[in-house]
Amino acid sequence: MGNRLSGPLDDPAQDAGYPGGHPPRMGFFTDTSVCIGCKACEVACKEWNSVPEDGIDLLGLSYDNTGELSANTWRHVAFVEQKVSAPAVDIGMPTIGAPKQTDDQSGDRDGVRWLMSSDVCKHCTHAACLDVCPTGSLFRTEFGTVVVQDDICNGCGYCVPACPYGVIGKREGDGRAWKCTLCYDRIGDGLQPACATACPTESIQYGPLDELRERADRRLEELHEKGVEQARLYGRDPDDGVGGDGAFFLLLDEPEVYGLPPDPVVTTRDLPAMWKRAAVAAASVAAGVAWAFLGRS
Amino acid sequence: MSPKREKAMVPQAEFRSYYGKPILKPPAWKVPDVPGYLFLGGLAGASATMAAAATLTGRPELAKIGHLAAAGGALGSVGALVHDLGRPERFLNMLRVFKVTSPLSVGSWILAPFSGLAVAAAGSQLTGIFPRLGALAGWGAGALGPAMCTYTAVLLADTAVPAWHEAHPYLPFVFAGSAMSSGAGMALVAAPVASTRPVVRVGLLGAAMETAALTTVERSLGVVSEPYHSGRPGTLLKAAKVLTATGAGLSLFGRRSRVAAVAAGAAYLAAGICTRFGVYHAGVESTKDPKYVVTPQRERLAARH
Repeated sequence: MGNRLSGPLDDPAQDAGYPGGHPPRMGFFTDTSVCIGCKACEVACKEWNSVPEDGIDLLGLSYDNTGELSANTWRHVAFVEQKVSAPAVDIGMPTIGAPKQTDDQSGDRDGVRWLMSSDVCKHCTHAACLDVCPTGSLFRTEFGTVVVQDDICNGCGYCVPACPYGVIGKREGDGRAWKCTLCYDRIGDGLQPACATACPTESIQYGPLDELRERADRRLEELHEKGVEQARLYGRDPDDGVGGDGAFFLLLDEPEVYGLPPDPVVTTRDLPAMWKRAAVAAASVAAGVAWAFLGRS
Repeated sequence: MSPKREKAMVPQAEFRSYYGKPILKPPAWKVPDVPGYLFLGGLAGASATMAAAATLTGRPELAKIGHLAAAGGALGSVGALVHDLGRPERFLNMLRVFKVTSPLSVGSWILAPFSGLAVAAAGSQLTGIFPRLGALAGWGAGALGPAMCTYTAVLLADTAVPAWHEAHPYLPFVFAGSAMSSGAGMALVAAPVASTRPVVRVGLLGAAMETAALTTVERSLGVVSEPYHSGRPGTLLKAAKVLTATGAGLSLFGRRSRVAAVAAGAAYLAAGICTRFGVYHAGVESTKDPKYVVTPQRERLAARH
């Protein structure tokens, strides 16, 4: 097999067979430290991609009434409310926001902080959804992104449990799998994806992945200098379990707080080992049956 | 151990999450389609291999039963797979590429020729038409049979579903053993008692392999073993073990009593169904609680630093 299943990989498009001269790998850097939770990205995405409405529910958990990424939600703004022991460091956020906390009950300087993060398909370097797709419907684009071809997908649903982030879903009534395309139809024309275009704070940044990584490193350094110790990059590292994400994040807490897995691994990393074990087990069946029938009777 | 006592004994694992919501999507597959597809595929695979072995060793009555079970299981398995698709009319898209990275692609390329060959062999057997080609098809199906028994284990393990993926070294043996005892079960039900000796052996081997592998899965995966012995999958897998043991025990009397043989066969078949549904549901359960994702991944990170 020509493709590498895990580990760092400079150019997934080339690995997928695109000749030299293909466009650079494009992606998203979502800087959650400047996300204001406006959900313009969710709306822009739905509008541009004609993603169907999927229920207007009040989930009763927070200001997030979208809940999760799915076949019908390709951008999802998570909203986390946390009690903190001191007011958050001023990182240039608008001052209108969390309600003022009274000091009488909760002691000195106790407060609340809000974490908001616009989640999206990670366009993994090693994408399990693409690996396991039996029809070739999921494919790697020349931009290094991962896209479902809706005229090929037969709705087998294998990509759904394969995704380590729980991103891709099967659409009810339609039967096929759907997810973020990184606006394949826009970026080919030199436009930005709809979500990045709509984002009012540049929390969602689109561009060549190399540039985004440099920009993210500088932003992380800046935040650490300002004393925001909890800031960290998620999905930036090409050495991680999926070979790094095409869409990565700057987070202000542990990934699982935002509903992200702390150490995702592409399942196909272990596939060679699995096929070997299956071959041994199959050989045991053959040997067992042969022994049973050829033995003395 | 009762589930209640177990809960009290295992301390609540510390982990953080997004309002307790799942991180992973549960498998989008239908029940009973997919667990049924697993069971019937295994039954068909083992039966085809047993039919070939029976032909080789001059046991025509066992060969006939094997061919029929293989054809029936294969057709049922394909039917369940097609019915599960979101777009069944596009089933043939499964065969537009061959991808070793997709166990479902590899599986389709095993299942499609296997089904054709198994049906041809059974058809020839029943009608007496083209006996040579039928025999050849029987050999082909017999050769593909062992792969039919185990590829579905890779199909489940090659996902992010914690209970399936973490069990990847053992699942092929659970499925191989289960397929062997299911195949033996069908033959015990259908075959005349005098001819069942090799079938009893296949059943015992399968029962031993499945029980050993399943016990390993239930014990060695840390927190991810939990779904295998609690709740509905726990009940199903407990039933599977009891039924497997019952089948194995009764099969020892199968050459003296037709009743015992049929009961043993029925117990094996029921065990096979319970095993496939149990393993399937254990996987589904492990996607619903973020602790099965976060806890092992946190442990992995801690071990690395």
